[in-house]
Amino acid sequence: MEYLPNILFGVILFAGVGYFVRNVQKLQRNIKLGNDVDVNDNKAQRWKNMLKIALGQTKMVVRPIAGLMHIIVYVGFVIINIEVLEIIIDGLLGTHRIFAPLGIVYDFLIGSFEVLALLVIIAVVVFWLRRNVIRLQRFVKPEMEGWPKKDGNLILYIELVLMFLFLTMNAADFQLQQLGAAHYEQAGAFPVSQFLLPIFDGMSISTVILIERIAWWAHIIGILFFLNYLYYSKHLHILLAFPNTYYGKLGPLGKFSNVEAVTNEVKLMLDPTADPFAAPADDAAEPGKFGASDVMDLNWVQLLNAYTCTECGRCTSECPANQTGKKLSPRKIMMDTRDRLEEVGKNIDANQGKFVPDGKQLLDDYITKEELWACTTCNACVQACPVSIDPLSIIVEMRRYLVMEQSAAPTELNNMMSNIENNGAPWPYNQMDRLNWVNE
Amino acid sequence: MSEALVVKTMEEFVAQGKQPEILFWVGSAGSYDDRAKKISRAFVKILNKASVDFAVLGSEESCTGDVAKRAGNEFLFQMQAMMNIEVLNGYEIKRIVTCDPHSFNTLKNEYPSLGGKYDVVHHTQYIKELLDSGRLSLEGQVYKEKRITFHDPCYLGRANAVYDAPREILKKTNADIVEMKRHKKTALCCGAGGAQMFKEPEKGDMDINVLRTKDALETNPNIIATGCPYCNTMMTDGIKAHEKEASIAVLDVAELIANSI
Repeated sequence: MEYLPNILFGVILFAGVGYFVRNVQKLQRNIKLGNDVDVNDNKAQRWKNMLKIALGQTKMVVRPIAGLMHIIVYVGFVIINIEVLEIIIDGLLGTHRIFAPLGIVYDFLIGSFEVLALLVIIAVVVFWLRRNVIRLQRFVKPEMEGWPKKDGNLILYIELVLMFLFLTMNAADFQLQQLGAAHYEQAGAFPVSQFLLPIFDGMSISTVILIERIAWWAHIIGILFFLNYLYYSKHLHILLAFPNTYYGKLGPLGKFSNVEAVTNEVKLMLDPTADPFAAPADDAAEPGKFGASDVMDLNWVQLLNAYTCTECGRCTSECPANQTGKKLSPRKIMMDTRDRLEEVGKNIDANQGKFVPDGKQLLDDYITKEELWACTTCNACVQACPVSIDPLSIIVEMRRYLVMEQSAAPTELNNMMSNIENNGAPWPYNQMDRLNWVNE
Repeated sequence: MSEALVVKTMEEFVAQGKQPEILFWVGSAGSYDDRAKKISRAFVKILNKASVDFAVLGSEESCTGDVAKRAGNEFLFQMQAMMNIEVLNGYEIKRIVTCDPHSFNTLKNEYPSLGGKYDVVHHTQYIKELLDSGRLSLEGQVYKEKRITFHDPCYLGRANAVYDAPREILKKTNADIVEMKRHKKTALCCGAGGAQMFKEPEKGDMDINVLRTKDALETNPNIIATGCPYCNTMMTDGIKAHEKEASIAVLDVAELIANSI
């Protein structure tokens, strides 16, 4: 019986981490549904980008208020997790504050966790106000209605609760240390939670121990819950921002990929020695599909992008089409891609590991042509994303499908393209007149 | 236009057994669009003044295919690209200058993997080179104390991080350069990119060029400068929408420089 709490802790920890790992594997499988893409180049630059953009938060601070608040929550999240390490060791071994022998270092650590916890609470309140009271435009766009809005608030509530539990736990501990309760040796500094002590006035030692234990258990269970909540929310960015910034686009933003399959065909068409009537070689692969109409047609970095998006909406607020009332929202492109990918993943789960066509696709069922054709390819969304997501590449890939597989471009664009085919300019002018401007 | 311009084609250079310093890629807009043709002429005036030995392709030039690519027609783009590359490589072109950021971007970034590797510069970069090396000097004070605001073309700015060259040469006109609230990395698109130039916009509550022109008007400028023929069209239309065409001019950087020499 003596070891019951340890065993219980071990089981909860195992279940919490185990379920998370299972979901991470699912995540990996879903991302790998995407086409291969070569991102093995320029490793040094990629590491630098990850350190600067994800670890260094350089693109977050472009908007100073949100950036500063975010750094507080981010640093708080990372640093306070050192405390989680102690909680896990204590829980498994049945010890109490096992790092306490660190003495003054321990005091400093606990003290700084407390200050950070308070700052996180302030930042979370500010975030909540921005979403619910100030109602910043980018948080109330149509794609944020329903679950995304709830999701955003839930995350804030969970963080708030976790911070309060942490401070309550410390306050009760501090009170017990003052009261000289057994096992509660003097350890740690409590610059914030000391102000909570009046709560325990007149309580017996056993009551305070009960409160301390409840807060301790609720805190760690809460953390495990939050860990598992990530997969079901927009909050995966806290993990995926790192690989995503590593694999993010390098080089000039204006450089779009050249489709290799097209290159091969065009070369063949321009090759005067090629036999136009030749039968394809027996071992020739089925001609691939051009562009993307569903998530499997995108590449895996684009799918990683979709899971990384935390719906902050900086892309959408910078988008010229969105600012002028068009339906296009780069954030929605990412959310739709993720939602469709999740749907495909569930389909695979339900059908013994194989995707069974469900009569749906990313195009039309999620992203409409109207959205795709509203894009000016200006790269404002790509520039704005704090974690190197590239919504534009998905838009272009889907346009490629519309044009090359379906010939479904708007009429004016078809006219423009046939002009290029016929006379080498988007307008119907004679190529022989190209130099007329010199003498006009 | 009255001034006679000296423009030689690559064909003529080859006939004389010579290579030009640089190839001027005129682009479809610069060749056919009435407003953009004036930009081509202004740029050639600068080249002539600086005695640059440049060539054009003339009727051998064809659309870069950029606009087809942004519209999703990768086939057409690569067809155009490979045909152009064949011509450019045939003439052993090393260096290209263009007044169109869209041509600049695709020639510089998207042609290399298809076999077309050239040193490509935007005309604002090239003009800066000419000024820095002393081959060109500005004499006129036409724009002294005029307020000029520069609109960053997406495919020059965000797409290729060329922000300083146009500003630096504009400063040499002694004009007062004023920045819009959104400029450089956060500049708003004029609305023409991604093949929008060739179609009606989707339903919305405003046209993008009208919004962008509003940004420009907030700086209370005499002149809105651009470095892209499409931006020029969009901003010119925007000025008309705001009924300011009588008091504010939309000019290409090349035109401002050409008027100052």
